[in-house]
Amino acid sequence: MKTQNILAAGEELNPLIPHPVEIVLSLVVFGLLYFAVKKWVVPNFEKTFAERTQAIEGGLSAAETKQAEADAKLAQLEKQLADARHEAARIREEAREQGAQIVAEMREQAQTESARIVEHGKSQIEAERQQAVTSLRAEVGALATGLAGRIVGESLDDEARQSRVVDRFLSELEARNGAGTGSVN
Amino acid sequence: MSNVAMTAIRTEGFTPPGPGDFNLPPIGPDRTFELFGQTYYLGVTKPMLQLVLAAVLVFGFFYLASKRRAMVPGKLQYAGEQAYGFVRNSMGRDIIGSHDFMRFVPYLFALFFFILLNNLFASIPFIQFPTFSRAGMVYGLALLSWLIYNYVGIKRHGFGGYFKHQSVPAGVRGPILLLLIPLEFLSNIVVRPVTLALRLFANMLAGHLLLILFALGGEYLLLHGATLVKPVGILAWLLFIAISFLELLVQFLQAYVFVLLNAMYIAGAVSEEH
Repeated sequence: MKTQNILAAGEELNPLIPHPVEIVLSLVVFGLLYFAVKKWVVPNFEKTFAERTQAIEGGLSAAETKQAEADAKLAQLEKQLADARHEAARIREEAREQGAQIVAEMREQAQTESARIVEHGKSQIEAERQQAVTSLRAEVGALATGLAGRIVGESLDDEARQSRVVDRFLSELEARNGAGTGSVN
Repeated sequence: MSNVAMTAIRTEGFTPPGPGDFNLPPIGPDRTFELFGQTYYLGVTKPMLQLVLAAVLVFGFFYLASKRRAMVPGKLQYAGEQAYGFVRNSMGRDIIGSHDFMRFVPYLFALFFFILLNNLFASIPFIQFPTFSRAGMVYGLALLSWLIYNYVGIKRHGFGGYFKHQSVPAGVRGPILLLLIPLEFLSNIVVRPVTLALRLFANMLAGHLLLILFALGGEYLLLHGATLVKPVGILAWLLFIAISFLELLVQFLQAYVFVLLNAMYIAGAVSEEH
Protein backbone atom coordinates (compact mmCIF):
# COMPACT_ATOMS: atom_id res chain seq x y z
CA MET A 1 0.00 0.00 0.00
CA LYS A 2 2.71 2.45 1.03
CA THR A 3 4.88 1.47 -1.89
CA GLN A 4 2.01 1.94 -4.28
CA ASN A 5 1.31 5.31 -2.81
CA ILE A 6 4.84 6.55 -3.34
CA LEU A 7 5.04 5.01 -6.80
CA ALA A 8 1.81 6.73 -7.70
CA ALA A 9 3.05 10.04 -6.31
CA GLY A 10 6.41 9.71 -8.04
CA GLU A 11 4.98 8.92 -11.43
CA GLU A 12 1.85 11.00 -11.57
CA LEU A 13 2.82 14.04 -9.56
CA ASN A 14 3.26 17.16 -11.59
CA PRO A 15 5.64 19.33 -9.54
CA LEU A 16 4.08 22.48 -10.92
CA ILE A 17 0.75 21.71 -9.32
CA PRO A 18 0.93 23.12 -5.83
CA HIS A 19 -0.15 21.66 -2.59
CA PRO A 20 -2.93 24.07 -1.53
CA VAL A 21 -1.92 23.96 2.13
CA GLU A 22 1.58 25.08 1.21
CA ILE A 23 0.34 28.25 -0.49
CA VAL A 24 -1.61 29.25 2.58
CA LEU A 25 1.14 28.20 4.94
CA SER A 26 3.86 30.13 3.14
CA LEU A 27 1.68 33.26 3.14
CA VAL A 28 0.86 32.91 6.82
CA VAL A 29 4.41 32.13 7.94
CA PHE A 30 5.94 34.86 5.83
CA GLY A 31 3.23 37.27 6.92
CA LEU A 32 3.99 36.60 10.57
CA LEU A 33 7.70 36.99 9.92
CA TYR A 34 7.04 40.25 8.08
CA PHE A 35 5.03 41.75 10.91
CA ALA A 36 7.50 40.60 13.55
CA VAL A 37 10.43 42.03 11.60
CA LYS A 38 8.58 45.26 10.91
CA LYS A 39 7.65 45.72 14.54
CA TRP A 40 10.73 44.53 16.43
CA VAL A 41 13.72 44.43 14.10
CA VAL A 42 13.62 47.19 11.49
CA PRO A 43 12.83 50.04 13.94
CA ASN A 44 15.74 48.95 16.12
CA PHE A 45 18.16 48.95 13.23
CA GLU A 46 16.88 52.26 11.90
CA LYS A 47 17.07 53.83 15.35
CA THR A 48 20.62 52.60 15.77
CA PHE A 49 21.61 53.97 12.36
CA ALA A 50 19.98 57.32 13.09
CA GLU A 51 21.56 57.57 16.53
CA ARG A 52 24.95 56.66 15.14
CA THR A 53 24.65 59.27 12.40
CA GLN A 54 23.59 61.82 14.97
CA ALA A 55 26.40 60.86 17.33
CA ILE A 56 28.95 61.24 14.56
CA GLU A 57 27.51 64.53 13.37
CA GLY A 58 27.19 65.80 16.95
CA GLY A 59 30.77 64.80 17.65
CA LEU A 60 31.94 66.57 14.53
CA SER A 61 30.06 69.76 15.33
CA ALA A 62 31.31 69.68 18.94
CA ALA A 63 34.83 69.28 17.67
CA GLU A 64 34.29 72.17 15.30
CA THR A 65 33.00 74.37 18.13
CA LYS A 66 35.97 73.42 20.28
CA GLN A 67 38.35 74.13 17.43
CA ALA A 68 36.76 77.52 16.86
CA GLU A 69 37.01 78.29 20.58
CA ALA A 70 40.63 77.25 20.65
CA ASP A 71 41.35 79.37 17.58
CA ALA A 72 39.66 82.37 19.16
CA LYS A 73 41.59 81.89 22.39
CA LEU A 74 44.85 81.51 20.50
CA ALA A 75 44.16 84.68 18.53
CA GLN A 76 43.34 86.49 21.74
CA LEU A 77 46.54 85.30 23.40
CA GLU A 78 48.58 86.25 20.38
CA LYS A 79 47.00 89.67 20.39
CA GLN A 80 47.78 90.05 24.10
CA LEU A 81 51.34 88.98 23.49
CA ALA A 82 51.72 91.45 20.65
CA ASP A 83 50.23 94.18 22.84
CA ALA A 84 52.62 93.31 25.63
CA ARG A 85 55.59 93.40 23.24
CA HIS A 86 54.40 96.70 21.87
CA GLU A 87 54.00 98.04 25.38
CA ALA A 88 57.45 96.85 26.38
CA ALA A 89 58.98 98.46 23.31
CA ARG A 90 57.15 101.67 24.05
CA ILE A 91 58.34 101.64 27.68
CA ARG A 92 61.90 100.95 26.59
CA GLU A 93 61.75 103.77 24.11
CA GLU A 94 60.37 106.09 26.75
CA ALA A 95 63.03 105.07 29.22
CA ARG A 96 65.72 105.67 26.64
CA GLU A 97 64.30 109.09 25.90
CA GLN A 98 64.04 109.87 29.57
CA GLY A 99 67.59 108.71 30.16
CA ALA A 100 68.87 110.82 27.34
CA GLN A 101 66.93 113.74 28.66
CA ILE A 102 68.30 113.21 32.14
CA VAL A 103 71.83 112.99 30.83
CA ALA A 104 71.31 116.17 28.82
CA GLU A 105 69.85 117.91 31.81
CA MET A 106 72.68 116.81 34.05
CA ARG A 107 75.22 117.92 31.52
CA GLU A 108 73.60 121.28 31.21
CA GLN A 109 73.34 121.60 34.94
CA ALA A 110 77.01 120.69 35.35
CA GLN A 111 78.00 123.19 32.71
CA THR A 112 75.97 125.86 34.34
CA GLU A 113 77.47 125.00 37.69
CA SER A 114 81.01 125.05 36.36
CA ALA A 115 80.34 128.30 34.56
CA ARG A 116 78.94 129.67 37.76
CA ILE A 117 81.97 128.51 39.74
CA VAL A 118 84.34 129.98 37.17
CA GLU A 119 82.39 133.21 37.16
CA HIS A 120 82.41 133.30 40.92
CA GLY A 121 86.19 132.72 40.96
CA LYS A 122 86.70 135.43 38.43
CA SER A 123 84.60 137.93 40.24
CA GLN A 124 86.34 137.12 43.52
CA ILE A 125 89.74 137.58 41.91
CA GLU A 126 88.56 140.84 40.42
CA ALA A 127 87.24 141.96 43.77
CA GLU A 128 90.46 141.09 45.47
CA ARG A 129 92.44 142.86 42.80
CA GLN A 130 90.24 145.91 43.18
CA GLN A 131 90.71 145.74 46.87
CA ALA A 132 94.48 145.43 46.44
CA VAL A 133 94.54 148.31 43.98
CA THR A 134 92.45 150.41 46.32
CA SER A 135 94.58 149.59 49.32
CA LEU A 136 97.75 150.08 47.30
CA ARG A 137 96.53 153.37 45.98
CA ALA A 138 95.69 154.48 49.48
CA GLU A 139 99.04 153.37 50.77
CA VAL A 140 100.95 154.91 47.92
CA GLY A 141 99.03 158.16 48.55
CA ALA A 142 99.83 157.96 52.25
CA LEU A 143 103.43 157.23 51.52
CA ALA A 144 103.64 159.96 49.02
CA THR A 145 101.96 162.30 51.44
CA GLY A 146 104.24 161.12 54.27
CA LEU A 147 107.26 161.56 52.05
CA ALA A 148 106.09 164.86 50.92
CA GLY A 149 105.45 165.89 54.53
CA ARG A 150 108.90 164.81 55.52
CA ILE A 151 110.38 166.60 52.63
CA VAL A 152 108.40 169.66 53.40
CA GLY A 153 108.98 169.31 57.20
CA GLU A 154 112.73 169.20 56.84
CA SER A 155 114.23 172.22 55.28
CA LEU A 156 115.21 171.40 51.91
CA ASP A 157 117.96 173.91 51.71
CA ASP A 158 121.01 171.92 51.37
CA GLU A 159 121.97 169.10 49.28
CA ALA A 160 123.22 166.98 52.13
CA ARG A 161 120.16 167.32 54.20
CA GLN A 162 118.01 166.64 51.15
CA SER A 163 119.79 163.40 50.41
CA ARG A 164 119.67 162.40 54.10
CA VAL A 165 115.97 162.86 54.18
CA VAL A 166 115.46 160.80 51.06
CA ASP A 167 117.74 158.10 52.28
CA ARG A 168 116.04 157.98 55.64
CA PHE A 169 112.67 157.84 53.98
CA LEU A 170 113.68 155.04 51.73
CA SER A 171 115.20 153.02 54.53
CA GLU A 172 112.10 153.61 56.60
CA LEU A 173 110.11 152.53 53.61
CA GLU A 174 112.22 149.46 53.25
CA ALA A 175 111.89 148.64 56.95
CA ARG A 176 108.17 149.11 56.72
CA ASN A 177 108.07 147.11 53.62
CA GLY A 178 110.07 144.34 55.30
CA ALA A 179 107.78 144.39 58.32
CA GLY A 180 104.64 144.96 56.20
CA THR A 181 104.93 142.14 53.68
CA GLY A 182 103.22 139.74 56.00
CA SER A 183 100.45 142.18 56.80
CA VAL A 184 99.82 142.97 53.15
CA ASN A 185 99.46 139.42 52.12
CA MET B 1 8.41 3.94 6.42
CA SER B 2 9.12 5.53 3.09
CA ASN B 3 12.69 4.22 3.25
CA VAL B 4 11.30 0.71 3.08
CA ALA B 5 9.35 1.66 -0.01
CA MET B 6 12.28 3.40 -1.68
CA THR B 7 14.69 0.56 -1.18
CA ALA B 8 11.97 -1.75 -2.40
CA ILE B 9 11.79 0.21 -5.62
CA ARG B 10 15.47 0.69 -6.13
CA THR B 11 16.78 -2.75 -5.58
CA GLU B 12 15.28 -3.80 -8.89
CA GLY B 13 17.74 -1.65 -10.87
CA PHE B 14 18.55 2.03 -10.87
CA THR B 15 15.54 4.28 -10.76
CA PRO B 16 16.57 7.86 -11.48
CA PRO B 17 15.22 10.40 -8.99
CA GLY B 18 12.18 12.31 -10.14
CA PRO B 19 9.69 14.88 -8.94
CA GLY B 20 8.19 12.21 -6.73
CA ASP B 21 11.22 12.50 -4.47
CA PHE B 22 10.07 15.99 -3.60
CA ASN B 23 6.61 14.87 -2.53
CA LEU B 24 7.63 13.96 0.99
CA PRO B 25 5.08 12.09 3.05
CA PRO B 26 3.80 13.80 6.20
CA ILE B 27 5.30 13.15 9.60
CA GLY B 28 2.98 10.70 11.25
CA PRO B 29 0.28 8.64 9.49
CA ASP B 30 0.15 8.78 5.70
CA ARG B 31 -3.27 10.16 4.93
CA THR B 32 -4.22 11.61 1.61
CA PHE B 33 -7.01 13.73 0.19
CA GLU B 34 -8.22 14.34 -3.30
CA LEU B 35 -8.58 17.80 -4.84
CA PHE B 36 -9.04 18.66 -8.54
CA GLY B 37 -8.20 15.08 -9.46
CA GLN B 38 -4.87 15.26 -7.66
CA THR B 39 -3.95 13.19 -4.62
CA TYR B 40 -2.31 15.15 -1.83
CA TYR B 41 -0.77 14.10 1.45
CA LEU B 42 -2.64 15.33 4.49
CA GLY B 43 -0.51 16.36 7.43
CA VAL B 44 2.59 18.24 8.42
CA THR B 45 5.51 17.62 6.08
CA LYS B 46 9.20 18.36 6.41
CA PRO B 47 9.22 21.44 4.13
CA MET B 48 6.37 22.90 6.17
CA LEU B 49 8.44 22.56 9.34
CA GLN B 50 11.42 24.05 7.50
CA LEU B 51 9.34 27.04 6.50
CA VAL B 52 8.40 27.72 10.11
CA LEU B 53 11.92 27.04 11.34
CA ALA B 54 13.35 29.51 8.80
CA ALA B 55 10.94 32.22 9.94
CA VAL B 56 11.80 31.60 13.59
CA LEU B 57 15.55 31.58 12.93
CA VAL B 58 15.49 34.72 10.77
CA PHE B 59 13.46 36.62 13.31
CA GLY B 60 15.44 35.26 16.27
CA PHE B 61 18.80 36.16 14.78
CA PHE B 62 17.87 39.66 13.72
CA TYR B 63 15.95 40.35 16.90
CA LEU B 64 18.99 39.46 19.00
CA ALA B 65 21.30 41.37 16.67
CA SER B 66 19.20 44.53 16.70
CA LYS B 67 18.16 44.47 20.35
CA ARG B 68 21.22 46.01 21.99
CA ARG B 69 21.41 49.11 19.78
CA ALA B 70 25.00 49.83 20.79
CA MET B 71 26.78 52.76 19.17
CA VAL B 72 29.85 50.58 18.80
CA PRO B 73 28.40 47.25 17.68
CA GLY B 74 29.56 43.83 18.85
CA LYS B 75 30.09 40.96 16.45
CA LEU B 76 26.46 39.84 16.40
CA GLN B 77 25.09 43.34 16.03
CA TYR B 78 27.66 44.14 13.35
CA ALA B 79 26.70 41.05 11.34
CA GLY B 80 23.02 41.89 11.70
CA GLU B 81 23.56 45.50 10.67
CA GLN B 82 25.62 44.52 7.65
CA ALA B 83 22.98 42.04 6.53
CA TYR B 84 20.17 44.50 7.09
CA GLY B 85 22.10 47.32 5.47
CA PHE B 86 22.80 45.16 2.43
CA VAL B 87 19.10 44.65 1.68
CA ARG B 88 18.10 48.14 2.82
CA ASN B 89 20.64 49.99 0.71
CA SER B 90 21.45 47.86 -2.32
CA MET B 91 17.93 46.56 -2.93
CA GLY B 92 15.74 49.15 -1.23
CA ARG B 93 17.28 52.58 -1.50
CA ASP B 94 19.28 52.13 -4.70
CA ILE B 95 16.41 50.64 -6.68
CA ILE B 96 13.21 52.09 -5.27
CA GLY B 97 14.81 55.47 -4.61
CA SER B 98 15.46 57.33 -1.38
CA HIS B 99 12.07 59.04 -1.48
CA ASP B 100 9.77 56.16 -0.44
CA PHE B 101 11.90 53.04 -0.08
CA MET B 102 11.59 52.81 3.70
CA ARG B 103 8.00 51.57 3.41
CA PHE B 104 9.21 48.48 1.58
CA VAL B 105 12.38 47.73 3.52
CA PRO B 106 10.74 45.42 6.11
CA TYR B 107 9.13 43.43 3.29
CA LEU B 108 12.29 43.13 1.19
CA PHE B 109 14.45 42.44 4.20
CA ALA B 110 12.22 39.70 5.64
CA LEU B 111 11.70 38.21 2.18
CA PHE B 112 15.40 38.03 1.32
CA PHE B 113 16.54 36.28 4.47
CA PHE B 114 13.46 34.06 4.57
CA ILE B 115 14.15 32.79 1.05
CA LEU B 116 17.90 32.64 1.57
CA LEU B 117 17.65 30.47 4.67
CA ASN B 118 15.03 28.23 3.10
CA ASN B 119 17.31 27.76 0.09
CA LEU B 120 20.32 27.10 2.29
CA PHE B 121 18.37 24.35 4.02
CA ALA B 122 19.09 22.33 0.88
CA SER B 123 22.77 22.27 1.82
CA ILE B 124 22.57 22.21 5.62
CA PRO B 125 23.33 18.70 6.91
CA PHE B 126 20.40 16.72 8.36
CA ILE B 127 17.91 19.09 6.74
CA GLN B 128 19.07 18.90 3.13
CA PHE B 129 15.85 19.79 1.45
CA PRO B 130 15.10 23.03 -0.39
CA THR B 131 11.80 24.35 0.94
CA PHE B 132 11.10 26.18 -2.29
CA SER B 133 11.35 23.10 -4.43
CA ARG B 134 7.71 22.80 -3.37
CA ALA B 135 5.78 24.84 -5.91
CA GLY B 136 3.06 25.83 -3.44
CA MET B 137 5.48 27.64 -1.16
CA VAL B 138 6.82 29.72 -4.04
CA TYR B 139 3.37 30.44 -5.49
CA GLY B 140 2.38 31.98 -2.17
CA LEU B 141 5.33 34.39 -2.16
CA ALA B 142 4.98 35.24 -5.86
CA LEU B 143 1.28 35.95 -5.35
CA LEU B 144 2.12 38.22 -2.45
CA SER B 145 4.66 40.17 -4.47
CA TRP B 146 2.18 40.50 -7.36
CA LEU B 147 -0.43 41.88 -4.99
CA ILE B 148 2.04 44.29 -3.40
CA TYR B 149 3.47 45.91 -6.50
CA ASN B 150 0.11 46.23 -8.18
CA TYR B 151 -1.43 47.61 -5.01
CA VAL B 152 1.19 50.32 -4.51
CA GLY B 153 1.01 51.16 -8.24
CA ILE B 154 -2.78 51.55 -8.19
CA LYS B 155 -2.55 53.59 -5.02
CA ARG B 156 0.01 55.90 -6.61
CA HIS B 157 -1.50 56.34 -10.08
CA GLY B 158 -5.16 55.38 -9.66
CA PHE B 159 -6.68 52.29 -11.29
CA GLY B 160 -6.76 53.51 -14.88
CA GLY B 161 -3.63 55.54 -14.49
CA TYR B 162 -1.74 52.53 -13.22
CA PHE B 163 -2.71 50.28 -16.11
CA LYS B 164 -1.83 53.04 -18.54
CA HIS B 165 1.47 53.49 -16.71
CA GLN B 166 2.29 49.79 -16.96
CA SER B 167 0.91 49.15 -20.46
CA VAL B 168 1.66 52.24 -22.54
CA PRO B 169 5.37 52.79 -23.06
CA ALA B 170 6.39 56.41 -22.71
CA GLY B 171 7.29 58.27 -25.89
CA VAL B 172 5.67 55.80 -28.31
CA ARG B 173 2.92 56.99 -30.72
CA GLY B 174 0.94 55.67 -33.61
CA PRO B 175 -0.29 52.20 -34.64
CA ILE B 176 2.68 50.42 -33.05
CA LEU B 177 0.85 50.94 -29.77
CA LEU B 178 -1.69 48.33 -30.90
CA LEU B 179 1.11 45.82 -30.70
CA LEU B 180 2.95 47.21 -27.71
CA ILE B 181 0.07 47.71 -25.29
CA PRO B 182 -0.94 44.03 -25.09
CA LEU B 183 2.70 43.00 -24.91
CA GLU B 184 3.52 45.41 -22.14
CA PHE B 185 0.39 44.49 -20.23
CA LEU B 186 1.21 40.83 -20.55
CA SER B 187 4.83 41.20 -19.49
CA ASN B 188 4.26 43.69 -16.70
CA ILE B 189 1.04 42.45 -15.17
CA VAL B 190 0.43 38.85 -16.16
CA VAL B 191 3.74 37.09 -16.66
CA ARG B 192 5.77 38.58 -13.84
CA PRO B 193 4.43 36.49 -10.95
CA VAL B 194 4.71 33.35 -13.07
CA THR B 195 8.35 33.91 -14.02
CA LEU B 196 9.15 35.00 -10.49
CA ALA B 197 7.73 31.80 -9.06
CA LEU B 198 9.07 29.43 -11.70
CA ARG B 199 12.60 30.82 -11.56
CA LEU B 200 12.96 30.16 -7.87
CA PHE B 201 11.03 26.92 -7.79
CA ALA B 202 12.70 25.37 -10.85
CA ASN B 203 16.19 26.32 -9.74
CA MET B 204 15.68 24.76 -6.35
CA LEU B 205 14.05 21.65 -7.74
CA ALA B 206 16.62 21.10 -10.49
CA GLY B 207 19.59 21.77 -8.24
CA HIS B 208 18.42 19.33 -5.65
CA LEU B 209 17.49 16.77 -8.27
CA LEU B 210 21.00 16.99 -9.65
CA LEU B 211 22.46 16.42 -6.20
CA ILE B 212 20.21 13.41 -5.58
CA LEU B 213 21.15 12.02 -8.97
CA PHE B 214 24.88 12.27 -8.28
CA ALA B 215 24.56 10.88 -4.77
CA LEU B 216 22.29 7.95 -5.62
CA GLY B 217 23.95 7.30 -8.97
CA GLY B 218 27.38 7.20 -7.34
CA GLU B 219 26.06 4.89 -4.66
CA TYR B 220 24.45 2.57 -7.23
CA LEU B 221 27.60 2.43 -9.33
CA LEU B 222 29.72 1.61 -6.29
CA LEU B 223 27.39 -1.04 -4.95
CA HIS B 224 26.00 -2.66 -8.07
CA GLY B 225 28.25 -1.53 -10.92
CA ALA B 226 30.85 -3.69 -12.60
CA THR B 227 34.36 -3.51 -11.14
CA LEU B 228 35.61 -1.20 -13.87
CA VAL B 229 32.68 1.16 -13.41
CA LYS B 230 33.04 1.46 -9.65
CA PRO B 231 35.62 4.35 -9.78
CA VAL B 232 33.04 6.36 -11.73
CA GLY B 233 30.92 6.17 -8.60
CA ILE B 234 33.74 7.90 -6.69
CA LEU B 235 33.92 10.49 -9.44
CA ALA B 236 30.18 11.04 -9.14
CA TRP B 237 30.57 11.70 -5.44
CA LEU B 238 33.41 14.16 -6.06
CA LEU B 239 31.18 15.92 -8.55
CA PHE B 240 28.45 15.86 -5.93
CA ILE B 241 30.72 17.91 -3.65
CA ALA B 242 31.61 20.34 -6.44
CA ILE B 243 27.98 20.77 -7.40
CA SER B 244 27.08 21.34 -3.75
CA PHE B 245 29.29 24.43 -3.80
CA LEU B 246 27.70 25.56 -7.03
CA GLU B 247 24.32 25.03 -5.38
CA LEU B 248 25.32 27.31 -2.51
CA LEU B 249 25.91 30.04 -5.05
CA VAL B 250 22.62 29.33 -6.81
CA GLN B 251 20.77 29.37 -3.50
CA PHE B 252 22.10 32.81 -2.69
CA LEU B 253 21.58 34.12 -6.21
CA GLN B 254 18.00 32.95 -6.43
CA ALA B 255 17.12 34.62 -3.15
CA TYR B 256 18.88 37.76 -4.33
CA VAL B 257 17.20 37.77 -7.74
CA PHE B 258 13.74 37.16 -6.27
CA VAL B 259 14.03 40.11 -3.92
CA LEU B 260 15.80 42.29 -6.46
CA LEU B 261 12.99 41.76 -8.97
CA ASN B 262 10.45 42.49 -6.26
CA ALA B 263 12.21 45.78 -5.60
CA MET B 264 12.33 46.58 -9.31
CA TYR B 265 8.64 45.79 -9.81
CA ILE B 266 7.76 48.05 -6.89
CA ALA B 267 10.08 50.76 -8.21
CA GLY B 268 8.45 50.52 -11.66
CA ALA B 269 4.97 50.69 -10.16
CA VAL B 270 5.59 53.76 -8.02
CA SER B 271 7.80 55.61 -10.49
CA GLU B 272 6.43 58.70 -12.25
CA GLU B 273 7.95 57.86 -15.63
CA HIS B 274 9.09 54.65 -17.23
